[in-house]
Parts: sequence; C-alpha cells; structure tokens
Amino acid sequence: MLELTDAVVSFASPGGPLVRAVDGLSLAVPAGSFVVVIGTNGSGKSTLLGAIAGTVRLEAGSMRLAGHDLTRWREHQRARLVGRVFQDPRAGTASSLTVLENIAVAACRGRRAGLRWATGRRLREEAARRLAAIVPGLETRLDQPIGSLSGGQRQIVTLVMATWQRPELLLLDEHTAALDPAAADRVIQATVRIIRDQGLTALMVTHSLAQAAALGDRLLLIHRGRVALDVDGPAKRRLTADDLAERFDALRRGDQLDDAAARTLAEAYV
Amino acid sequence: MITLLSTWTFGLALALVALGVFVSYRLFSFPDITTDGSFTLGAVVTAVLLTAGIDPLLASLGGLAAGGLAGCATAVLHAFLGIERLLAGILVTTALASVNLVVLGRSNVPLSGAHTLLDRVEGLLGPALVRAGLSASGAGEAARLAAVLAIVALAVVVLWMFFRTQLGTAMRAGGDTATMARALGRDTGGMTLAGLAIANSLTALSGGLVAQYQGFADVQMGIGMVVWGMASVFLGAALVGPVRLGGALVATVAGSVTFRLLVAAALRAGLDPDWLKAATAVVVLAALVAPRLLSRGGHARTH
Repeated sequence: MLELTDAVVSFASPGGPLVRAVDGLSLAVPAGSFVVVIGTNGSGKSTLLGAIAGTVRLEAGSMRLAGHDLTRWREHQRARLVGRVFQDPRAGTASSLTVLENIAVAACRGRRAGLRWATGRRLREEAARRLAAIVPGLETRLDQPIGSLSGGQRQIVTLVMATWQRPELLLLDEHTAALDPAAADRVIQATVRIIRDQGLTALMVTHSLAQAAALGDRLLLIHRGRVALDVDGPAKRRLTADDLAERFDALRRGDQLDDAAARTLAEAYV
Repeated sequence: MITLLSTWTFGLALALVALGVFVSYRLFSFPDITTDGSFTLGAVVTAVLLTAGIDPLLASLGGLAAGGLAGCATAVLHAFLGIERLLAGILVTTALASVNLVVLGRSNVPLSGAHTLLDRVEGLLGPALVRAGLSASGAGEAARLAAVLAIVALAVVVLWMFFRTQLGTAMRAGGDTATMARALGRDTGGMTLAGLAIANSLTALSGGLVAQYQGFADVQMGIGMVVWGMASVFLGAALVGPVRLGGALVATVAGSVTFRLLVAAALRAGLDPDWLKAATAVVVLAALVAPRLLSRGGHARTH
C-alpha cells in the first residue's frame, strides 16, 4: 500500500515564478495494483515519481509505503523498499561493470554490502536462471560489460535488478521511451510478466497512450500537478487510446481557454 | 645496472600513487588534487615518526593512515558540503601545505640516522644476495627493489580482492553510475569517502616509501603527483588495451614503471630535469586529447 497525502513539490522556473509541479496531490495505491500514469509534458508526472523515489523533496504532505512513513527517508534509504527503472538505460546500470556484477549490486539491495565475494557461483546460477526465463540467450552474456548490451536488453536487466529483491513498489519512469518500437515491445512484455509473476505493486509513467490503454488495472491522468482522471476496474478495461487522446485534447483546450481568460482579465485591469 | 635497478624501484614506489589515482580517477571519476598533498603528508609523517625512533613498519603505516584522513577530508567537502571536486581537493591540498610544514618542522629533513623499512629488508636479504654473487651495493639495491615490489604486489592483490567483494563492487558501481547505486540502496556519499580514503592511503604510503628510499622528506616532494599518477594510468591502459579490473591494476603498475624508465631515458638523452613536470603534463594532455582527436575527425571537443 502506497499512500501519498497532500503532496506538494515546487520548482523555481528560470526567471519566472515558483511552479507547483505537484500541487496537493493525494493518492492511495493498494498492494498489488499496476497503475499507469500519463500526462502532458510538464504535468508533473515525472516529478511525482521523483517525489516517491526521494530524488525530489516533498515540500508539504506525507508519504507512507508498506507501513513505513517514508516522508523523511533519503533516496538510498527508500531504495530498500522501492525498485526503479529509468528512461535512460545508462542511468540504471553501471556500464563498465559486467552484467553479473551489476546484478550482484542489485542482490545486495536492502542489505549491508559486506566483504563477501560479490559474484559467487550461487548468484551466477540464479542470475542465469532468471535472465533465461525472460530473454533466452541473455544468460550467456553474464561476464560481458553491461555497456555492450543493446538498450532494450539493458532495460530488461535493469528490470530484473530492480525486482531481484521483491520491492514493495516498482517505479517505471518512461522506461521504454528511449527504445525503438520492437525493443520497447519486448521490454513491455518482460515488465508485464515480472509484475504479474511477483504480484508487484507498480507505478508506470508512459508517453504512449497505446501502452496506457492496454496495460495496468488503473490509470491516472496527471494535469497541472493534480490527478485529472482516475479510472480502474471495468472502466479502465474499456478505455482505448482514442479515448485518452480525446481527454488530452480536452485538457489542452481547457488550458488555452484558461490562458485566453487570463489575458483578457489582465488587459481589462491594466 | 644499479641505476637501472634504482629506476625500477622508484617506478614501483610511485606505482602506489598510480594505483591511488586509478581508484580515485578511473573508478570514481574524481580528479583528486589531494594526491599532491597526501603524498607529501605520507612522507612527512613517516619521516617524523622514524626520527622519533618509531618502528619503520609502524611509521610507514602512520603515513598511510594520515593520507587516508586527507582523502576523507576532501570527500567530506565534496559529498557532504557540496563543494566541487577539483576545488575540494585544492582546499585540502592548500591546507596540507601548512600541515606538512608544521609536522616536519622545516622544509627538509634528512633520514640519514634513522633505520628505515628498506634498511630492514636490506639487512634481511642483503647477506644472502652477496653470497649469491652480487656486489654489496648491488645487493642493497636489489633488496630495496624486492621490498618495494612486494609492497606493490600486496597492494594490487588487496585492491583486486576488495573491489570484487560486495562492498567493493557496489563502490565501483557507484563510481560508474551514481543514479544506479542510489536506486539500489547505496549511499554514494559514503562510497566517495571510502574511495578517496583508499586512494590517498596508497598515495601517502608511496610518499613514505619514497622518503625512506631517497633518505629525506621534503615539503615540496608531492607537487605534480596527481598528474604523474594519471600519466601512469593512461600509459598502462595504452600498453594493455581494454582489460578487466585485475588487468587494469597490473597495467597501472606497469604504466608507472614504464613511465619512470622513459623519464630516465629522456634525462640520459639530455632532457633538462627542470622540464620533467612540464613533460609529464604534456603526456597527460596528449592522452586526454588524442582519443577525441581520433574519434571526432580532427576536432577536439570539451564534452
């Protein structure tokens, strides 16, 4: 269970006023839900994920996960409970280390990294088994630098790493946006499979309305730092990419009207 | 023969600086200016302890520990107080210039009367080497070379083992990609602290050994050491090409010895010793720029 209550995050825009990227947002995600998050550029959806991961600080509000109050936990402390996959495949893996060494670091998530050998035989066998189950053939590349893998393969290894120790929450931040369509498909298949097999609670931000319509059991549309649409159950299953595109257009028209109204008011009173 | 042995001994003693720079610069992408200050600090602390009659092994370890603390200071400035990497190193090195002078008492202290670590090894191995047919001075030089070689070999093995443990692997991961390490629950600030402590311990041990080898400690002796270390790391990497951790550590040692041999050859060929540091800087500049020149079709870029 993830509970975000009245969360506020502001940024000083360059040369402009303080922008509320997350504006008093509250959200409860029961354990085992797979939530897809969409929103226009600058809607605050990535900031929301950053606030949950601990990369940006909550200015107001609180956050609880699996019975812990995480509001004051730092990023690396939250990582005990939260697994993450980034948009950039390079951000989630250490290029100069081998695939197995990267996995060894993930295997220590939530524990003290001690002076025991990092890449023992048991870890190697377990890594080979888990990789082969998702992408047959990937297990033969355990001893190669992870930088030699393709972007899609790297994202799949990052997924395996983020879920090596079962996380209380998996955060996926547009993790297929940097990939070509075929690779993105493979990563999505691996994502769905891992979330289903482990029964994970997951929050996935995506740009793709097709992904948003097809995946997950709940959909959040974020707009101006707030939840503009929250659908689950049968209503979520009926949603199509076209429905979502219409919603987006409606929001954009609303913004333009707001801007037009603001201009009119400004002109009338100056 | 003896000058060749001496070049090897010197190159190996400085290989510890190169290993330190390998840790800070290669593993943590941290251009650590502290190297200059901690090399002198190691020499100064070791020299003062030796002249106070402390056991030479303990004196050398004392120098090493002092260097580790200097590394911690730079790491704290950067990782916990948010000071830029280069500036953090500059601040600590500047402060160390005073510390070194105060600890040593004056700018240069000879170790002629003191019993050094290398004297001890010479006492152990020397007689056997003389019986094996070496001249007295040759045996002494060979024993010193053996002592330094053993220390460097030990350092390489310990580093190799440490950076393959869970903790060491996590540190390498954090040095490579900090976002990844934090997302997997590692505190990258603490890792920078440990990394710079290790790097500067090695550098300070080198300073202590060099002081004992040349028979004096001088507050100027660390100037340019970080560039020397980088030159050795680059030269080593160029000698062996892309290799895994163990190979890279051995290559770094080879780079240091090779660079020292090249320097000795250049001096013999008539290079004015005053130009040595400038020449080292040019080598490092060439190593930094050459890959970009080659890959960008003649245009060097800053990033």
